[in-house]
Amino acid sequence: MSLLTTLARLEAVHQDRAQPLATVRHRHLSDRPMVVVPLAAAGEDGAPLAAMLGTDRDAPRLHVVPQPLDRDQRFAFLAALAGDLLPYLEGYGEETEQVEGTEKDPETGERLPVVRELCADAPQLVVPNSAGVHHLGLLGRSTRFRRTADDADAGPYPVPSRVPLLGRWLTHLRERAEVPGSSMLLAMTALLGRHWATGQSHLEDQHLGALLAWIAPPPGLGGAEAARYAESARDGRGQLHCPPAGPATDPRFDEKLLGPAVARHDAARAALRAAPPGEAARAEAHVRRTADEVRGLLEQVLRPTWDQVWRGLDLLRALPPGARVAERWEGDRWSYTGHRERLAAGEPPQPRFDDAVTAARKLAQREREQARLDLQEALDDPLAMAEHRLSGEAFAGTVEAVEAAYDTSGRTPKPRPLVTVRTGDRPHADPGREVHRVWGPPGEDGAAPAAQKAEVVRHDPAEGTVVLRLTSGMGRRREPEPGTVPQPGDRVCFTLFELSVRQAAPLPDPQNTPWTHGGPPGSASAVPGPRPGGPHTGGPHTGGPAAAAAADEEWE
Amino acid sequence: MNPADPTASPGAAADRVTAEILAAVLSGTERGVVVDSPPGAGKSTLVVRAARELVAAGERLMIVAQTNSQVDDLVDRLATAAPDLPVGRLHSSDGRPAPEALRHAGVTASPRIGDLAEQQVVVSTAAKWQWVKDVDPWRHAIVDEAYQMRSDALLAVARLFERALFVGDPGQLDPFTVVGTDQWAGLSWDPSRSAVTALLDHNPGIRPHNLPVSWRLPYSAAGLVSRAFYPFTPFRSGTGEGDRRLTVGAAGDGGPVDAVIDEAAESGWGLLELPARHTVRTDPEAVHVVARTVRRLLDRGLAAVSEKGTAPVTADRIAVGTAHRDQAAAVRAALTGLGVPVDGSPGPAVTVDTANRLQGREYDVTVVLHPLSGRPDATAFHLETGRLCVLASRHRHACIVVARAGIAELLDEHPSTEPVQLGVSVKFPDGWEANHAVLAHLAEHRVGLR
Repeated sequence: MSLLTTLARLEAVHQDRAQPLATVRHRHLSDRPMVVVPLAAAGEDGAPLAAMLGTDRDAPRLHVVPQPLDRDQRFAFLAALAGDLLPYLEGYGEETEQVEGTEKDPETGERLPVVRELCADAPQLVVPNSAGVHHLGLLGRSTRFRRTADDADAGPYPVPSRVPLLGRWLTHLRERAEVPGSSMLLAMTALLGRHWATGQSHLEDQHLGALLAWIAPPPGLGGAEAARYAESARDGRGQLHCPPAGPATDPRFDEKLLGPAVARHDAARAALRAAPPGEAARAEAHVRRTADEVRGLLEQVLRPTWDQVWRGLDLLRALPPGARVAERWEGDRWSYTGHRERLAAGEPPQPRFDDAVTAARKLAQREREQARLDLQEALDDPLAMAEHRLSGEAFAGTVEAVEAAYDTSGRTPKPRPLVTVRTGDRPHADPGREVHRVWGPPGEDGAAPAAQKAEVVRHDPAEGTVVLRLTSGMGRRREPEPGTVPQPGDRVCFTLFELSVRQAAPLPDPQNTPWTHGGPPGSASAVPGPRPGGPHTGGPHTGGPAAAAAADEEWE
Repeated sequence: MNPADPTASPGAAADRVTAEILAAVLSGTERGVVVDSPPGAGKSTLVVRAARELVAAGERLMIVAQTNSQVDDLVDRLATAAPDLPVGRLHSSDGRPAPEALRHAGVTASPRIGDLAEQQVVVSTAAKWQWVKDVDPWRHAIVDEAYQMRSDALLAVARLFERALFVGDPGQLDPFTVVGTDQWAGLSWDPSRSAVTALLDHNPGIRPHNLPVSWRLPYSAAGLVSRAFYPFTPFRSGTGEGDRRLTVGAAGDGGPVDAVIDEAAESGWGLLELPARHTVRTDPEAVHVVARTVRRLLDRGLAAVSEKGTAPVTADRIAVGTAHRDQAAAVRAALTGLGVPVDGSPGPAVTVDTANRLQGREYDVTVVLHPLSGRPDATAFHLETGRLCVLASRHRHACIVVARAGIAELLDEHPSTEPVQLGVSVKFPDGWEANHAVLAHLAEHRVGLR
């Protein structure tokens, strides 16, 4: 936890209300997010109990499994979930745009122009918390390899036909959620936690109700008291006013209400099986009634969470989006487009395990995206930059003096002006250190200024001045281009870290996995998960292993 | 063979292991040879020797190190040991190799591998080697500091060589990443693990060699470091009890700082304990005490007496180790305030850095700001065995630890809670246990500061 976050948390305790950690919204929010609140059966992480979902806050749709241990009911539930989710997920595939790019020809190494298709928008799922993200991943894992009646070899337990497809989508979304800064599958607690600091611990922030209580307490209540109410207030029946946001349910609810209702449902089903033909209609009605009872109970505990997620979206939408959020969302759109294309190409489901090369490739991508996210958040948001300034990795101040100077070592003199910056920050700016200029948001013409580097000449912490020698970003002439050198009185900001993210080094093709890592997948010493073909080894626009690697990284 | 066999002389024991390693490199049946080296056990010497023997046998060789300073250091050592050996220093296009590496006539530096085709030995970082393409694979490679290398980096460079010697210190800091890697936990090719673990998992025939003698650590430190951090591969010091001493020129002023310096000069260890308190990371009091300790070390005219003779302990023979970069920056500022040089370019200066950056370096005296000092919690980062191990094993003579009281209690309140993953071998000893072992030892050399 950074010093600034710690201060914000202390301030939140002091003010009895959450404090902002951001001045802009750092994640993309869809105009039409799909909110999903999943519940799992107690003690059975992979056994879904219910899901409330939809894109309309006033009309949630509810699917339940009245007896969570009954596999037929489970897959009927998953089929219903697929019926609701897949049209939403697939719906974004229709509108596309053409993006021009270049690609290396595998034979000649020449760069050839290509046009790739990019979906204009992508779906966005919002779940209450990170346990919800994990749960959707589990559902994806348990369904994507299922056989259906449509398969040539259907096996003894075929599942409804769209269930494995749902599993592949959920797996993709869950994987994508691991990429820092991605917004296709978001946990509300993480979203809120990025933008506000509460007066409680990170662990306590995992409780959506308590987190919201700190950020927007009901009138007349302080954050701490509202959070306590959300966590522990119970009604006359001993039930929580604010049930847990799932996937786990409150044990007291399981014991007093859900358990007995499921038992009644079981009894009704047993009675139906034993019923003589004349009684069947009545017994069936009883089964329906008991199922509806379970459904009614689950609706009661899901609805508060449903409303909380939408409440959280309201709060986040009040923040203006960061300038570079759309750029990151484009990464999600590529990821979505890529998955859609792999499905269309009839590729097999994602393997159980990543092979060595795929794992390394994904790790490299995640690290690069993490670096990009940190960087872009700092550039988008003065509060994020303040953390770097506080840790001595950046400084902001006012230009006091500018002195023209030249590097005359070459054939033609190059401008190397000396800029004196007065700052209250205390950067670790030792002489010789390279610093990078942070430009304000681009002007009306939208053109971003060229990157500019400078070298620290002198740093006087006592006096609060840093003298810099600008070394680049001033054009190619003898005199700097107008507007490229700051003027006395200008506010400037420089960072000690680079303002671009380094490219990841190329990795071998999976088929060329070296001996140090067990050789190619499927060879004798490769441990789990052979991947025939694999979903990452090609697509319609791939040209050779290197291009495939580069393209896959964007799609993950 | 028992590496700690007390009957053999340290030199003889080390020579025998070195001979075995070189035989395995030149003519072993396995494609990989792994050498586990405790701190200061002659790892670099081994690398230089193996390189020379391979070249003598007519082989071309590539060497992979992890950081640019490691590469420069290695090039310098190689060229010093074998001035007529053509060595290539491959570097990044915007990188400048250190002058120490380039001062030798036999060294050629270039950002392009094509320029170095004539060199019998080419040295670069793993990060740079990953970009090398369109070359014939080398028959031999040496991977230095292999435990600091990540599995995915090895995956990217292994195509460049047929056989390799991996040398590293298993007790130092594991490679790390800031993003989630749980989904690969338990896979033998988990990209976030160290290169050596991945290699050993896929090549069960490789049996690591252990260098048995630490030439750096004094007798007073080898026992503790071996017990606390290398319980299964014990090692001993190359020098005996009393072979290394520190003499103090000026008498102490009676204060606690001078008292802890006397204690460390006498015993090789010192713990300067501040009153218990929760503080910010850059605890100003502790930072000031660290700086003052260094100031007094210089003022009191210490001399290091060792098998190499007697030499004054100058600023460049002293290092300060911290857990975080901002702590290092604060110590540097405090030292500057006391007139102690911390910038090496004008002259000898005290090194102040984090554990990560002190790996592989050696000093006469180190002053360590304990990673858990003043903390309200003990996170996995601060408990990591390697961090403490690096900090406690950089010195040839003495190590002074500055800490706030209450670390033992803090440890007891924070048992390790990392989830146990299937297929992941539990690292032993864990940081918790190693921390307690070191604390218990330091308690015998404690000076309180009120």
